[in-house]
Formats: sequence, C-alpha cells, structure tokens
Amino acid sequence: MESLSYEFGPWNILRERKNMTPIIVGVVGSGNLEILLEDAELHGKSRFFVETSVSGFANTWQAVLRDFSEQQKFSNTLITINDGGATPAVVQLRLLQAAQQWKAQYED
Amino acid sequence: MDKINQICSKVFPLGYKISIHGDLVSGTANTSLGDVALIGTVNQAAVGVDLAFELAGKVLDIVQHSPELPIIILVDTQGQQLSRRDELLGNAGYLSHLSKCFELARDRGHRIISIIYNEAVSGGYLALGMIADQSFALSDAQIRVMALPAMSRITQIPLERLQELCKSSSIFGPGVENYVALGALENIDDAHLASLVESAISNKSTIDNRAKLGHERGGRNMAHTIIESIIKAC
Amino acid sequence: MRIENTVGIRESTARQRVLAILDADTFQEYLPPSERVFSPHLKSLGMPVSFDDGVIIGEGAIGGQNIYIAAQEPGFMGGAVGEVHGAKLTGLLERAALRKPAAVVLLFDTGGVRLHEANAGLIAISEIQRAMFNARKAGVPLIVVSAGANGVYGGIGIISRCCDYIVITEEGRLSVSGPEVIESQKGVEEFDARDRALVWRTMGGKHRYLINEAQTFVKDQIQDIRNALMQYFNKPIPINLDTVMAEHQHLGERLRKYGKAEDALDIWRDLGIANPVDIPSLDFDAFMTIANQVRENG
Repeated sequence: MESLSYEFGPWNILRERKNMTPIIVGVVGSGNLEILLEDAELHGKSRFFVETSVSGFANTWQAVLRDFSEQQKFSNTLITINDGGATPAVVQLRLLQAAQQWKAQYED
Repeated sequence: MDKINQICSKVFPLGYKISIHGDLVSGTANTSLGDVALIGTVNQAAVGVDLAFELAGKVLDIVQHSPELPIIILVDTQGQQLSRRDELLGNAGYLSHLSKCFELARDRGHRIISIIYNEAVSGGYLALGMIADQSFALSDAQIRVMALPAMSRITQIPLERLQELCKSSSIFGPGVENYVALGALENIDDAHLASLVESAISNKSTIDNRAKLGHERGGRNMAHTIIESIIKAC
Repeated sequence: MRIENTVGIRESTARQRVLAILDADTFQEYLPPSERVFSPHLKSLGMPVSFDDGVIIGEGAIGGQNIYIAAQEPGFMGGAVGEVHGAKLTGLLERAALRKPAAVVLLFDTGGVRLHEANAGLIAISEIQRAMFNARKAGVPLIVVSAGANGVYGGIGIISRCCDYIVITEEGRLSVSGPEVIESQKGVEEFDARDRALVWRTMGGKHRYLINEAQTFVKDQIQDIRNALMQYFNKPIPINLDTVMAEHQHLGERLRKYGKAEDALDIWRDLGIANPVDIPSLDFDAFMTIANQVRENG
C-alpha cells in the first residue's frame, strides 16, 4: 500500500454554499477506486489523499490530480481516494463523475 | 467415540447417558442443578441436510417434552457437508432450521450451552457452537474458518505473512485462544470446566454479549462500538 | 427526482441499488463513508479499504412506508463479511428490533466470511443471526433479496434462511458452499464449478423458487422488486412451536421425496414438470406459469 498527498491552488473562486453533502463515487475493487469529496477549511486549496494498493505511480497520480484541480478549481475541497489499482483513464472518469455530483449541489 | 465419553465424564461427574446414531449423539446428564439434555456430533461430523434435520428433530423433542431443560451442545464438526446433493436439497434451509429450533428453545426458557470438545469449523461451528448463550472449548480443541495454507492460496497472501500477522492479531488464524480474544468463547479452563458449565447453566441472561467481550479483551476493537452507535443514533 | 432505472440490481453498485429501490430523496445513511468507519485489518494485509467497508446501511421509504435497508457491495472483497461490515448489519437489525420499521430489506451479494478477517467474520455472522431473531421477535419482517452476481453464500446463505422472506431473481443464487469450494475439496466429479448450467440448476433462483427455499421469484427490474418487497411489509412470520414444526415437516418431506435425486432435473420431474430440461431457458412468464402450478407451499 502507498499513501500519497497533494495540494493544489489556492483557487480564488469560492463557493457560496458552505455545508456541502459529502460525495462518494466508485467502488474499491481490482482496477477500480472510490473517491470521497468533502468541505474543508483549506485556505482556498484542493487537497488530495490517496491510498493505493499499487505503489510506484506517484508521478502519474500527481499529473492526473493536478490536471483535475486546474480544470475544476474546487476551493476548500478535500478529496480522499481509496484505490485498488485503477488505470489513469478510470481515475479520470471517476473524478469527473465526482465533480459532476459535487457541482450539482451548488450550481443551479 | 472415546472423545465423547471423555468430555461427558469430565463435564458431568455426577453421571450421564448417551446414545450415538451415526454422527449424532444425544442423551441426558446429571448436574447439581438437575438434569440437562445432551445433543451434538461425533467423528468430526460434516453437517449436511440429513444430520441437520435429525439434530433439529432432537431439539424439537426436547422443546416439546422437557420444558425448560438446559441443552448442552457437544460440538465436533469439520464444517458443513461439501456436496452437490446437500446444496441441491438446500443445506441453507436445513442449517437455518436447526438454528431456529435452538432459538425457539432459548425463547421457551431452555438455557443453551455449547462445548467444543474436538473440532469446530466454519458453517458447522456456526450452526452448532455459536448459537449458544455461552460457549466453552477444551484447550486442545481445533477451531477455525480455514487452515492457513488454503487461506494463503485463496487470498494470494504469502503464508509467511499470514503466520507473521497471526502473532499479533486474533482476527483470522485458527486457534481456540483467538476465539476467546474475539469474545466467542469463555476463558479456557479445562480443570474447572464442570463447575464453569454449571455456572453457565444457572446464568439467566440471553443477551448476546460477544461483541462487548471482544472489545473488553481487545480482540475486536470496533464491532461493539459500531453496534452501539447504530442502535443509539437519533 | 426519481431517476428512471432500466438497469436492474445485478449490474448496479450497492449504492445505486439502494437509491433505485427507495422512494426518491428518502435515504438516510447510517455511518456514511464520510465518517470513515472502515476495516482496521486490511492495511497490514496489503489490501485497500473502503470507507463503508463494503456495506451500506440506513433507512428510507418504499411506497411511503419507513423501512431499514442494507446493501452489500459485490465489488469490494466479494461482498464478504469482516468485523466492521458485520457490525453494521448487526447494529441495523438490533436497531430495527427497537424502532420497528415496516421491514428490514437486506440486499445480500456475498461469498460469506471475509477470509482476511475470518474469525471476526464468522462470529459477526452469528451475531447478525441473533440480531435477526431479535428483530423477528419484535415483529419486524426481514426480507432478503438475492439478485447479485456473487450470489448469497456461506454463513450469510444460512442466516438468510432465518429471515421471514427471500426474494430471488433468475440470476440470483442462494446456497452454503460455493461450487469452487466443493470442487477443490471433493473433486470435479462431485461438482464441476465451470458448468454454469449445473451451478444454476443446483443453486440458482428458479430451482430455489421451485423447492421453496425462496418465497418469491421476480424479474430483475426495480419496480418488480419494489412490488415484491411491499407485499411483505408489516407481515412478520412468528417463530413459535407451530411455525417451526410446520417447517420441520416440510423439510422432512423434501428429504423423503427428493433425497435420492441426482440432479435438479429429477426433482423438477418429480414435482410434475413435463419437460424439466426446458426450465432454465423458459422466459419469466412461461416459467412462472409452470412453477405456480407445481410448486409446493411451505
């Protein structure tokens, strides 16, 4: 198991809505992952924690998560990932699914 | 057959009478608190539809003809019978029916005590040993879900790693002491088993306290807290 | 907003199953993932955790009636039961015994005990069983649904038959020992685990419905499953001497009549089905017509 953590931002776009309902997507299985999104006091940043069963891909994780952060600019958002060895494509898919549900809470 | 007589004379020094029919043992015993009913298995029995049904019938006899008689289950099983026929006929139905019969007995005031005197494995242990209000085992009893080599093959975790973890955790390895730590068994005390069983017979509580015991003994740190928090949530 | 769901249970995740089965916007989860109540035992075995330990529990409404619900996630460790997973189920059922919802719906999809936590899993299943009996004593009906790809096996298969009702689909299975375990211990002659037709004839939904190991057979469609569940709300079956004796009689007859059967086809023939070999390929309506003619009510 490998533990990774990253922070990106800060993003200047602050949500109006404060108490967001946590979002969970995905399943922790072989080639799959779950992603939990939550509110957090992070001075406008996005923070990622990754627990993965496949070690040695820190650079890949960093690239994928940085791309996602720069695209979504989620401020004060904690993103926790339990990974069972998903490919970058599956990680990106789940991140987008999570982002959609997260934004649905405050975009109207 | 020898082991069954050994455990009976150990636990019931005041006397007992058993008969063995295939892998099923039944009878009665004397204690200083009065008579008790005996039921159980011998020969590391594999519990399939026929044996489960026969055991259930014996329990129902006790319920119908011997009100509130304590029931002592003598457990020696290699687990559920692994066969196409038993699955075809619905072993789940028969094993669950046996549990229901014990539960009915408990509900009608029969104290249920189990004693693992030889082997207790997986589904057989669930149906016969774990249904009891209190459960005892001999120090040399063999209790497990699965042997470590088979577990290693199926989980793909190296055997050495499993063996290493068994030194610090009671969570998955075979062993009587693990089941004590997790709260499923009373403390092992071969020398005083007879009097411990008598105390258990006179105990009235039918609350399942295994998660609490597992917590107190440090074998299971989370189960009890989780159960309580769900019950008490607003 | 109710999301139109043409996908049934089998292809859905546990979370999707719960949201699809319940009335819209009624689900309240107990110990959701954000509370991070997960297994303490998996990290040292090199396995990733899931923040709900592979089972979702909570309450909600079906047809406006308040029920409790649990759904095992088949994709996480085969839906298998460990310390935390098991405690969530026990807690849900003990709570039901006190609060008395109209039913507890148990969407099981599991191989049974999680080997990585073998002892804790086995004891947990026994604790779930005791909690089931408590809920039943309190008059709460317990309904198991078997519609998932893992089937309902092992100790969970046993305790499922301690519940009031079982709803099963064609793809669903209910048994104790799995085909692979039987084959590896007793040989391929005893059970060829790769013979899917044999597996389903022996352990699958149609056979279980025909011999009354399951009370209801449904299509794997959300509305059909909801309707099947609703018929059992507030209809507990008491566990007393009469009901247990009746079950004993029924199980005894099953042994007498079919104890020598070599295959499900023999049992189906003895039930009075003219062309037993056709049963697996019959569509839902054709199967139900025949089944309800011959099926024994227990």
